[in-house]
Amino acid sequence: MKARKEYDVIIIGGGPAGLAAAVEAHARGLRSILIVERENQLGGILLQCIHNGFGLHEFKEELTGPAFAQRYIDKVYELGIEYLLEASVTMLNPDRSVMIVSKEGFVRYFAKAVILAMGCQERPRGAISIPGSRPAGVLTAGAAQKYLNMDGYLVGEKVFILGSGDIGLIMARRMTLEGAKVVGVAEIQRQPNGITRNIVQCLHDFHIPLYLSHTVTRIYGKERIQAIELSQVDENLKPIEGTEQYIEVDALLLSIGLLPNNSLSEGVGIALSKATKGPIVSNDLQTSIPGYFACGNVLHVHDVVDYVVAEARRCVDGVMHYLSNQISEERHIEVTAHTGLHYVVPQSIKPQTLGAKQRFYFRVKSPDHRVKIQIFADGMLIKESLKSHVVPAEMEYIEVDINDAVRQAQHITLALHKEEA
Amino acid sequence: MNELQEVICIICPKGCHIEVDRRQEPWEFSGNSCKRGPIYAQKELTAPSRMLTTTIAIKGAIVPRLPVVTSSDVPKERMMDVMKALAKTQVDAPIKVGDVIVSNILDLGVDILATRTLERISH
Repeated sequence: MKARKEYDVIIIGGGPAGLAAAVEAHARGLRSILIVERENQLGGILLQCIHNGFGLHEFKEELTGPAFAQRYIDKVYELGIEYLLEASVTMLNPDRSVMIVSKEGFVRYFAKAVILAMGCQERPRGAISIPGSRPAGVLTAGAAQKYLNMDGYLVGEKVFILGSGDIGLIMARRMTLEGAKVVGVAEIQRQPNGITRNIVQCLHDFHIPLYLSHTVTRIYGKERIQAIELSQVDENLKPIEGTEQYIEVDALLLSIGLLPNNSLSEGVGIALSKATKGPIVSNDLQTSIPGYFACGNVLHVHDVVDYVVAEARRCVDGVMHYLSNQISEERHIEVTAHTGLHYVVPQSIKPQTLGAKQRFYFRVKSPDHRVKIQIFADGMLIKESLKSHVVPAEMEYIEVDINDAVRQAQHITLALHKEEA
Repeated sequence: MNELQEVICIICPKGCHIEVDRRQEPWEFSGNSCKRGPIYAQKELTAPSRMLTTTIAIKGAIVPRLPVVTSSDVPKERMMDVMKALAKTQVDAPIKVGDVIVSNILDLGVDILATRTLERISH
């Protein structure tokens, strides 16, 4: 009979969040750690993000995605942290046991705490329902990136990109360098969704047109995509009749947003936030089911990997506290996002686990300049911070000193306040 | 040559549109909100350069492509030449992150470095 497989902490996902959590858990004295990864190598999505610009906060230098991942992979090897590759988690149980299919068969693993670090995935074509046929050659920008950067296949020679997210912009440059013709990038909103640096270095550098207030309204082709119909949209994002352009392509890449991977979390009954699509967590990054923690893009989509690994370390703080105390009945103070803000993480705080300061991460709903982010405890203003420039594409935070007013509050609220000119 | 030109600064997320007036020496800059802007705009208009990241073929590793990066910026107009030169490059695993794959490519004074470690695997 097989021995019962039991760990202090099981980490689901071997990308940057999972690897950083494992390294931190080891640094904090835990020795019984297991990383579960479904691919045949550690590193996660960073392995296909071969462009540079990663690591400025963490390492004070610009690394490529693989080089950033390599630093954590090497640490995991060096510390002898256990990991399981080509292993799929099929189910999470409320008792923190995890069902895993791997070369060892279908096995139940037990953990004192589970860290969810499964990352996110791109929204597929179905998410926006583009009319037309369903030929080959329509894929997410990330899928095209994996084919090109890891497997060595260029998915098209005449390419159109829908959505101006950073992955799409980076693929516009990448495919151009590899000899493809990128005929355009369409963005349904009036402003680009990616960062300025990518607009300049990925589009302007290669004279790739950006069609703002435009979307793809039809896909043509039977076996293989042959063309798209591009239309201008009005202020309600509805296509304007008579503006249709027919553009011949052999590939359409979609870069239309990311969604945290939470089907496993949902299966065990972890409460998810409608705004982030990730678990609802308290300040220790614990989910609604005791002993389950979350960090990285499975919690909320980050724009910088450095923030992901920093969050993974904070998540281990929560795990350590949980493992040493085992208190489950703690008072929660609800934290909510109000006017102008899309969401705030964490969604609650527990007075017993608070340090001297607490950060609240948020995204704004629309681009703006000269705004105040205000934070209230039971309606009383406790902190405000002036931001000269905010965009939805960038996650921001506000840090609050923890005093009695915060500890005794029933509700903490965050809101954006527009300065009158 | 245009004497009035606009450069979008990429030093910070603000993305200032900087107007450069080249009708007199020294050039005049406007629209920038900090002093790093004109320095960027000057370089961008005189000697634009970029870091280049791509992949090359690798044999005997878990994946067929090895990601690489230039050791420093290359002139923007030479990027395609570097891509062409690298299209023919192939290495054998094992390779360690930071290994020099091509030194002084096209005499640009720039090396091509591996950005990940790939062990040798037996099939």
